[in-house]
Amino acid sequence: MERVDYVSTTNGCKLCKPLGACLAFRGIEGAVPMLHGSQGCATYMRRYIISHFREPMDIASSSLGEKHAVYGGGANLKQGLKNIMNKYGAGLIGVATTCLTETIGDDVPMIIREFRKEMEEAGNAPPAPPLVCVSTPSYSGTHMEGFHAAVRAVVDQLCAKGSLVEDGESKFVNLLPGFISPEDLRYLKEIVEDFDLGCVMLPDISDTLDGPALEDYGKIPAGGTPVSDIKRMGGAAASLEFGHTLAEKPTAGAILLERFNVSLHPLGIPIGLRETDAFFSALEEASGRPAPERHELERGRLVDSYVDAHKYLFGKRAVVYGEEDLVIALTAFLVEIGIKPVLCASGGKSGRMKSCIETVTSGLLETPPMVEEGADFYKIEKLCEDLSPDLLVGHSKGYRLSKKLDAPLIRVGFPIHDRFGGQRTLHVGYRGTQRLLDRIVNAILEKNQEDSNLGYAYM
Amino acid sequence: MSTTAPVIFQERQDQIMRKGEGAFDMNCNRDSLAGAVSQRACVFCGSRVVLYPIADALHLVHGPIGCAAYTWDIRGALSSGPELHRLSFSTDLQEKDIIFGGEEKLYRALTELIDRHEPKAAFVYSTCIVGIIGDDLAAICRKVAAEKGIPVLPVQSEGFKGNKREGYGAACKAMFNLMGSGDTSGIGPLGINILGDFNLAGEIWIIRDYFERMGIQTVANITGDGRVADLQRAHGAALNVVQCSGATMELAKMMKEAFGIPFLRVSYFGVEDMAESLYQIARFFEPIAPGIMEKTKELVKGELTALYPKLQEFRRELAGKKAAIYVGGAFKAFSLVKAFRQLGMQVVLVGSQTGTEEDYKELYDITDEGTIIVDDSNPLELSSFLKEKDVDVFVGGVKERPIAYKLGVGFCDHNHERKQPLEGFIGMLNFAREIHSSVMSPVWRFVPRRKAS
Repeated sequence: MERVDYVSTTNGCKLCKPLGACLAFRGIEGAVPMLHGSQGCATYMRRYIISHFREPMDIASSSLGEKHAVYGGGANLKQGLKNIMNKYGAGLIGVATTCLTETIGDDVPMIIREFRKEMEEAGNAPPAPPLVCVSTPSYSGTHMEGFHAAVRAVVDQLCAKGSLVEDGESKFVNLLPGFISPEDLRYLKEIVEDFDLGCVMLPDISDTLDGPALEDYGKIPAGGTPVSDIKRMGGAAASLEFGHTLAEKPTAGAILLERFNVSLHPLGIPIGLRETDAFFSALEEASGRPAPERHELERGRLVDSYVDAHKYLFGKRAVVYGEEDLVIALTAFLVEIGIKPVLCASGGKSGRMKSCIETVTSGLLETPPMVEEGADFYKIEKLCEDLSPDLLVGHSKGYRLSKKLDAPLIRVGFPIHDRFGGQRTLHVGYRGTQRLLDRIVNAILEKNQEDSNLGYAYM
Repeated sequence: MSTTAPVIFQERQDQIMRKGEGAFDMNCNRDSLAGAVSQRACVFCGSRVVLYPIADALHLVHGPIGCAAYTWDIRGALSSGPELHRLSFSTDLQEKDIIFGGEEKLYRALTELIDRHEPKAAFVYSTCIVGIIGDDLAAICRKVAAEKGIPVLPVQSEGFKGNKREGYGAACKAMFNLMGSGDTSGIGPLGINILGDFNLAGEIWIIRDYFERMGIQTVANITGDGRVADLQRAHGAALNVVQCSGATMELAKMMKEAFGIPFLRVSYFGVEDMAESLYQIARFFEPIAPGIMEKTKELVKGELTALYPKLQEFRRELAGKKAAIYVGGAFKAFSLVKAFRQLGMQVVLVGSQTGTEEDYKELYDITDEGTIIVDDSNPLELSSFLKEKDVDVFVGGVKERPIAYKLGVGFCDHNHERKQPLEGFIGMLNFAREIHSSVMSPVWRFVPRRKAS
């Protein structure tokens, strides 16, 4: 196989760090995400996010200009915070930095401390809401690092020692799901509820980025994790944190373990039987009760459909790309149904994807698939020349490749810019896996049908 | 001037006015207010949108991945040939590049991409961070140009150095550097350049067809379906026709100064402006092209005869409905106000991201009493205006769409992502059809806004 060696990036398979932070902040009740940088960053990210969710996505900006780049952006940041407080009545402002402000050396935590002090001294009413800041220079890591960094910053800056549960409060778990769809999040909440467990899900974009039609344009969309809930996360029975590449990293879950001794279940995104089983096991352990029957039934139906579908799928070659943890979870699922992932690629480079892919495929594949971290679509396309995949699994940006290869694209994750309903795509749990399975089987059947000149109407 | 809406920032009150309430007095062209969620973009965005449609050039974004990722194939700028512009190239700067400088990476990236794609020219865009770390973009471009034998043009588009308009300027400068070098043989006396049309959904092809029927030769498309070689010989044209107020006006002025090419401001949106644009050009060439006016009149007449009965059908149902407009440049808003009038509709709100005082004065003059005129607005203001004016359809771009939809208001995308041509006479029909299909949809009966009334 030709070695692909180059320094330029063509059609990147990742987004920049502050975008992830903005998405995470959007999942907190009353929060306004704010970027400390030039105006374009906020506008570009808004447009990108809106095109997927088809929902308002306000991201404020400190709108730095040339003189601020020279003399520092502190004054603009403070003015921006004040304006957001006054106009939006924000319950929390999440400030993410950009490459510009990281490089000119603005000390955002210090500026925010100063701002708080100035507010207090001025006797400002209402007082400043929680102000969470996170460092997200775009030149280091992808949107997923930005997302996780923001979640971690929220927990780190809001969950102080001593803010534990009150007596008599019912048992609950912390669910740190990462970046999955609003539909996924709604379903996960239902599952946890079925175990008679309370749940603090952080972040929770299920309503804020998939809300109802409204009579009035809410300044801040309803929903999201309440700040009061975040503050009591230290009193949870356990934390369930999705994302294999996060293991042993200083994540939000790790902070809660370290600071409050909340036991941490590091899990994969629950797609496929085994990863979903692990999620249910963690819930059984945390709740002390077995999985409710309806979920057992759902699992049973899924296994039944694995059997019904197996012949259509066996040996089909798949290319899976996108965010590292999503790719790992999808790969774990695909190998269960007899599909052979031939390439697992991501723009991210945690350095852990290869070992995680090996773990989730071991026992089901003789040799693990090729794994490419830090890949762009140029590399993926080059590799595909030899791999001749039957299908692609990933977000919308693989459409070009799918068309070139004449191989169906199963659209998952973010962004879905060329189809309707990306925010309502269900990926997780037995039910989400079932939906994915149905879509994959049907895509293959549709392709077979289209490629055949028999015109058969019976599979 | 109304100050009642609680969503309006004190600092922004003089960027909003209502016709009929006091004399014209509008403050604009200033920096966006921090924390106000402006709908504006940045310098880079301005440069990128103008140069993007040049289809046989390499467009390399020197910066971290975001700037390239968010501008990857986002516009419907079609090409009749090469499609290099639809790929997203980035140097994807990493932390070590920030510390040690990105020049080496830029040099290698440029070299390998030029080898790989053999473009006719390369545009290298500077982003915020490049302005800070001080990479010498121009020097690298010169070096690569000499080595590869193609024009390699730096675009000084550091995001923080202003708004979109400064970006237009940077793009114009880059393009201007291409001009004057190409062979102009074969260009007749009726040669024109089309400036400020980006061939969204194939619009420039519609316009070029009209010109052809008038006997006019198009030398360069600037920039829709654009080609480097055409730009290089664009100085051989007798006239520049310039659409879109901000984007390419500076280039037209530079070309006038350097090559003595006069320019006309035109608009291809709406029946009135489309026809007047063609007549303007015909009048310009009449002294050397007798009969051109007759040809043009015939063209317009033919198009209108086919168009009017169809427009009337839409007008019947749309008359009296209320429209709101919020677009990037104000020039497009002028045409839209007239287009809505043609449909019997009433424009109750009009605004732009980057209009000038003259632009707003013109809007003030052509709109009806009570119309809200706004500069550099934001979601809170726009949503409150939509509600206050009980708007039926909102014309804007992707960022405005969810504001309209969340409130249960119809919407028409008049921005780069449109898939239907809206220019030309046929474009007016498409526009009417699109407005009609949104306004007349039954779905509005079920939204809270209507159910409540």
